Amino acid sequence: MIKIFLAFVRKELFHILRDPRTLAILFGMPVALVLIFGYTVTNEFKDASVAIFNEANDDLSYQLVDHLTASGHLKLVTSVRTTAELEQAFQSNQVKMGIVIPAGFEDDFFRQRKADVQLIADATEPNYATTLTSYARQMIATFQQNQNGTSGVQPYQVSTEIRMFYNPQLEGAYNFVPGTVALILMLICAMMTSLTIAKEKETGTMDLLLVSPLPPIVIILGKVTPYAILSFIDAIIVLFLGYYLFDVPVRGSLVLLLALVLLYLLVALALGVLISTKAPTQQTAMMTSMFALLMPTMLLSGFLFPIASMPSLLQYISKIIPAKYFIQIEQAIMLKAAGWDAVAFPALILFIMLIVLLTAAWRNFQVVYK
Amino acid sequence: MRGAHKREERVQPRSWQKPEEHKTKPMSYAIEAQNLTKRFGDFTAVDAISFNVAQGEIFGFLGANGAGKTTAIKMLIGLSRPTEGDASIAGFDVYRETDQIKENIGYMSQKFSLYEDLTIAENIRFYGGIYGLSRKRIKTKTTEIIQELGLEEYVNRLVGDLPLGWKQRLAFAIAGVHDPKIIFLDEPTGGVDPATRRQFWEMIYEAADRGVTIFVTTHYMDEAEYCNRISIMVDGRIEALGSPAELKQQFQTDSMDEVFLKLVRA
Amino acid sequence: MGAVKIEHISKSFGDQSALKDINLDIAAGTLFGLIGPDGAGKSTLFKILTSLLIPDDGKATVAGLDTVADYKQIRRIIGYMPGKFSLYQDLTVEENLNFFATIFGTTIEENYHLIKDIYVQIEPFRKRRAGKLSGGMKQKLALCCALIHEPEVLFLDEPTTGVDAVSRAEFWDMLQRLKEHGITIIVSTPYMDEASRCEEIALIQNGQILQVDTPDNIRESYEQPLYAVKATSFYQLIKDLRAAPFTKRVEPFGEYLHLTTSGYFPEEAIYNLLKEKHHEQIEVKRIDATIEDVFLELAG
Repeated sequence: MIKIFLAFVRKELFHILRDPRTLAILFGMPVALVLIFGYTVTNEFKDASVAIFNEANDDLSYQLVDHLTASGHLKLVTSVRTTAELEQAFQSNQVKMGIVIPAGFEDDFFRQRKADVQLIADATEPNYATTLTSYARQMIATFQQNQNGTSGVQPYQVSTEIRMFYNPQLEGAYNFVPGTVALILMLICAMMTSLTIAKEKETGTMDLLLVSPLPPIVIILGKVTPYAILSFIDAIIVLFLGYYLFDVPVRGSLVLLLALVLLYLLVALALGVLISTKAPTQQTAMMTSMFALLMPTMLLSGFLFPIASMPSLLQYISKIIPAKYFIQIEQAIMLKAAGWDAVAFPALILFIMLIVLLTAAWRNFQVVYK
Repeated sequence: MRGAHKREERVQPRSWQKPEEHKTKPMSYAIEAQNLTKRFGDFTAVDAISFNVAQGEIFGFLGANGAGKTTAIKMLIGLSRPTEGDASIAGFDVYRETDQIKENIGYMSQKFSLYEDLTIAENIRFYGGIYGLSRKRIKTKTTEIIQELGLEEYVNRLVGDLPLGWKQRLAFAIAGVHDPKIIFLDEPTGGVDPATRRQFWEMIYEAADRGVTIFVTTHYMDEAEYCNRISIMVDGRIEALGSPAELKQQFQTDSMDEVFLKLVRA
Repeated sequence: MGAVKIEHISKSFGDQSALKDINLDIAAGTLFGLIGPDGAGKSTLFKILTSLLIPDDGKATVAGLDTVADYKQIRRIIGYMPGKFSLYQDLTVEENLNFFATIFGTTIEENYHLIKDIYVQIEPFRKRRAGKLSGGMKQKLALCCALIHEPEVLFLDEPTTGVDAVSRAEFWDMLQRLKEHGITIIVSTPYMDEASRCEEIALIQNGQILQVDTPDNIRESYEQPLYAVKATSFYQLIKDLRAAPFTKRVEPFGEYLHLTTSGYFPEEAIYNLLKEKHHEQIEVKRIDATIEDVFLELAG
């Protein structure tokens, strides 16, 4: 049986290797997505328009403004005198970020050794907003360092307070790598498996396989195994690219992360098999995967839009999107260095989903037609 | 709307004036081909074929898969430019007058080219519209076709719900909706039941009786026997041409299958 | 022993009835033809016999095994070639054959004797992708794949559809030789002229079996007098014959019309009538019925 299974997997690999389009999706897509999300969505910005609300009007505050705008990344568009004016600037989409320097900035800094700066960002574009504020924060940190000189001790502090306009929670927006991994795995495991099984139905080869003594489980496993392996490799490629190109770290346990990647991958595979049991043609399989899997994974998982800012109906729907839990897991492990305890709950939900989907797929797989 | 109107004006007079236009060379054949050749690089798909088809004749164009049939037909209906040789369709030159050719031929393929999700009437209206028929003309044509095929009860049914044989006859009727001089049938009757197939051929006989020239391609030899004359293509050349009876005599056998086998194995 | 036994099989899809109370008995070692047009129910019957489809009613056995209860055993002993070309187009000839040998737990070498005749014809192309083969070659490859596990019963669903005359003739020759290996072969085809290549045939139309017998017996079962008639104007000929008092049926049959009369008439009588109607080059001859004549009679 092992020999037959391997023969099956080999045949499947031939299909994949001989179809340039499949290859492009398998290996071109992950790289393309990482690069697209990495460069366009988050990282680079130039001449971001900024408003300054300087209530202090002292030397140090001017120095700070100079320092912030010197790099050329932030462009001072307007100086405002009231909060209302600031809000007006946001609403007219004149500026993307406001820097508020409260009265008595210099005094606080030197006397109390601690001064506040407030950064207000337009979070309708959450990724952009986070990138802007974290850049400004970095600049303020270097400003503080310059003021302290090279003494080593840091007696004087500028604490930055960040406020997001319009989308205060801003959860999940920053990290595109976890989202991309979730999307790629869903794309390859679920969509590609459902397509490849539907193709066998469409060409009639599924009938030939069914009338052979092959147990159905071997047919299914033989079809999904190559895709499982390839998508696992894809996940590693995405993590690798994220790390080297965009400094997205894996702070927690890599082994734990990969183990849970495997779990999510199985959920996606089960979904793919389930779709293919119902879809008679590749076209149906394609449409179903698009609407039932890819769109929700992109839109409702918290990957592109924060769940907290969705209408409550969509928030409820997001609870059944596997990618939501997987992204949570990834963020916890990669960014917060969380251990098993912290991710046990979402992992358990994924596991339950897996069992339910497998049962449904198994029941629907027709050994004989009705 | 104006375009459609103009188009019809152009079509109508031509069919009446043509005998005068061609006074010096009266149109004796519906299809004439002289040394028609098509080469792709150094591969000769169609190798200097010559034949004539008389008006009102049912002509079978036979050959194995890959013998060059499709390429030859594409040249005849103006979809592909010949490399060499001459051909005229309904008196129009295949190099220069492809637009006129298209107006004077009807085409029905294996797949019947009907829209399954439109009703019978909608299909007729659509194809009538393509050929620039006036609204009134389309209306009379629709009634005619529906009566002729006995489809009165099904006018508003989707074509997809019709049995195969009816679809086929409807497709043939629609291929003739603009009263073309020549109708090309590409593998028309594969797989239909014997009774339906005969009804279909009777339709073809009827059209031929009205003077319409029928050009049929097929690779089924028993189908070929329904034609007045047939040509058999092997490797880009016409290797046999004549009536089924003549060919059977020439190859000393009693079935067209045998004629074909002898030709291909030779 | 019967290789295939079908008792009262019925099957509907929605409100479309595909098979109505089918009964058939096929002896082991027979080359059996199931002959009928598209949509007659041939493929549905094949799917039931190959255990892919469950009938609504009735029961069928293949080599004594029930198609529903014993489907697993059935799948070991049958070979199936579905209606359309169902091999992997992106795999080579050899890869396809190897794959099907492996999933049946055998090797090409083990059953080479069975496919040798056929395989040698496609062997020169064994490194070519199946999708790039001609129609006749594809069909040979599909047959090899269906035979590779030495099945007891071989089901070939319209193997000759879309294949040219040469390949069709070769294919039937191959089936004759396969029969000598003791394999029961059940073939479906829409082409009446292929009936004579079978030992026994069933005519099927609209989900019903019209007749089952040897091709010769079926031809002889046509009882009315039959004539082949020909003249220059075919369409007029059809109209005039249909209007004639002796005519029972007129059907176009290639270059002749087949005329069935309601009683024997001398050829001259028919000839004279056509002469009166100004037909030219008239030819009338008495002929024996073909399978197709019988089919038209039964289906009409």
